Amino acid sequence: MTKETKKKRGRAPANGAELIVDFFERNGVDLVFGYPGGAVIPLYDALHDGNAKHVLARHEQGAAHAADGFARASGRTGVVIATSGPGATNLVTGLANAHMDSVPLVAITGQVNTSSLGTDGFQEADIYGISIPITKYNYLVKNPADLEDVLAEAFFLAGTGRPGPVLIDVPRDIQTAPAKSNGKKTVSIPGYDPRPVPDDGEVEALAGAISRSRRPVFYVGGGASGEGVSETLLKLAEDSDIAVVSTLQAKGVFPDDRELSLGLPGMHGAKYANLAINESDLIIGLGVRFDDRVVGDVRGFAPLARVAHVDVDPAEIGKRVSVDIPVAGDLKLVLDRLAKTIKPSKKPAWRERLARLKSEHPLIVPESRGNLIKPQAAIRALSEATGGEAIIVTDVGQHQMWAAQFVTSTKPRRFLSSGGLGTMGFGLPASVGAALSGTGLPVALVSGDGSFQMTLQELATVRQYDIPVKILIIDNGCLGMVRQWQEFFFDKRYSQTVFEYNPDFSALAKVYGIPGKRVENPADLTDSVRELLETPGPGLLDVVCDGGENVLPMIPAGKGQTDFYEAEENPPRPS
Amino acid sequence: MKKIISLLVRNRPGVLSHVAGLVTRRAYNVESIAAGPTENRDITRITLVVAGDEKVLDQVIKQLRKLIDVIKIDAIPHENAMTGELALITVSFTPEKKTEIMSLIGLLGLTVKSIEKDRATVMIAGSAQSVDTAINGLAPFHIRAMARTGLVALPLDRDNF
Repeated sequence: MTKETKKKRGRAPANGAELIVDFFERNGVDLVFGYPGGAVIPLYDALHDGNAKHVLARHEQGAAHAADGFARASGRTGVVIATSGPGATNLVTGLANAHMDSVPLVAITGQVNTSSLGTDGFQEADIYGISIPITKYNYLVKNPADLEDVLAEAFFLAGTGRPGPVLIDVPRDIQTAPAKSNGKKTVSIPGYDPRPVPDDGEVEALAGAISRSRRPVFYVGGGASGEGVSETLLKLAEDSDIAVVSTLQAKGVFPDDRELSLGLPGMHGAKYANLAINESDLIIGLGVRFDDRVVGDVRGFAPLARVAHVDVDPAEIGKRVSVDIPVAGDLKLVLDRLAKTIKPSKKPAWRERLARLKSEHPLIVPESRGNLIKPQAAIRALSEATGGEAIIVTDVGQHQMWAAQFVTSTKPRRFLSSGGLGTMGFGLPASVGAALSGTGLPVALVSGDGSFQMTLQELATVRQYDIPVKILIIDNGCLGMVRQWQEFFFDKRYSQTVFEYNPDFSALAKVYGIPGKRVENPADLTDSVRELLETPGPGLLDVVCDGGENVLPMIPAGKGQTDFYEAEENPPRPS
Repeated sequence: MKKIISLLVRNRPGVLSHVAGLVTRRAYNVESIAAGPTENRDITRITLVVAGDEKVLDQVIKQLRKLIDVIKIDAIPHENAMTGELALITVSFTPEKKTEIMSLIGLLGLTVKSIEKDRATVMIAGSAQSVDTAINGLAPFHIRAMARTGLVALPLDRDNF
């Protein structure tokens, strides 16, 4: 049925499915992602008359990542719908991904009829049980009267406190059962605090420590990407000369182009970021997890520093690294109080030291050799051409780390990347969601030839909805990051990391009705990137790169903050 | 080190899965877990006995507190806890040992739930220590089956709950 013949619903919901769609309308959910199937036909029937736009992905995983990308870019809760059984299990990676990076998501899955639950019915999978460890909370609705309260709770939980994905499993007969709205407006869950207020004493202790510190470093994570945090953070840092390292999830929260910004810390951070942590006398974690890719060997982390940790989730405080100054509570509330309490104090010696570290250990885009494009150069070209006025989405692998190193982000929510779970295939569908998030910003995807092939079916979604995603494939013909580890730590035994066949990605794009180009010559790189960005609508640029390139610097897994790996200058390209 | 952790949780389907799943997933060392209704039918009390060092126990408590269904969590030090446990033990014996075992059952203060010529099932309710004592006392006979509830606890401080 075409759009013209669709009739908008203008009446009270009559069944569970309509109640869900009605709930969307009353709560500002105007865009959902999904894929239909037997157990959600009633819900799709209700959606057909609803006001919310539905984007049809080509795989449930794609729909989940798209909802995730939508949420990361907009700060709003993403919604994904899938059918029972395989539809639901195909969401698993998407849910786990959102869970690890604390992304607000509501997943609604169809389920077999309540009378068939537990009988191994057709397309039955216990997605409630499966999703327990990868959601913030989950529901199996067994009574139509519970449905509306469950929806309200789910959206409330997904978007408050430490955000995360919430799954609602809705059996088919609950969708068709008579239902009406109970009109309840508020949600309250005993024992759950949506916005924990920090303890005054803890905030004072932190303020005191910052005032006394001579070499302070803010270590900023995804928890800082919330509304209004960026501005206060900038003021605090600039007023008191506090250096800032930002995790992948926080890239842009503190502008990359500031002198005090040291970029990514940890395994593939710049040497100056890790050296600054090593010399610091106070590390102030803000909405971070002290993740192993950042901290490395816990015993060697910031040996001279006292460690403060501000987090909305008290369970993160002291989880991996012992914390001297814990502050449990909403980050914005904490920073606002700090900004009122702390008197600005300039630290010229620290600034000077940071500047010296930066100049002595810069991140370098290596010179091309043998007329091969360096992947770093391609990413730098993209960053320069977009000038920070775009949402850059990445996939997972070497290109992701180079993007973290060479993309300049100056605002939050403009660098979207699968951090915690490291999900290859996240990029393309997440770009779809980001492009539909209403920010008005152009969206560019930096992917790899490995990652891209994991979810490339979403090119059809890109074409169907004419989503203007600019796809840049860092094509090195191999699974670069694993290949790099094999080179460094497995005696150059390149087991199953070199693709002996890859499709022609530019031709592939054309098959999907998307303009595709390939660039191989370093001299053509800048123009090709510019053309990709300037051509209206979606586009794909296959950048054939030097396959032997490594992400450096590198601190091997589990090593200390300054145990930088010394790589050979020009390792041979694997064949 | 061991801690008694007492949880009050929303009485919802799946709440035990959430608690048990968390404990397994994060590789905590749980000695016992006991769940049962409270005076409020919407609320269930779960008592866990967890072993680990201070850091681990601190994490266990924080992670459990984070569960959406957990309304209240208390780590009760043993000295401030009223605790109790129940066990059913079936022992078998040769007929000539019957007198000996009957006097032992009396001595240990066990309640006889069933008795036949060559086997008896007894119950003990008391502290974890008294349950251990009963089991040790019966050990020389053949213990054929045993069911322990795991520890349940309430804090001595009545204002706390």
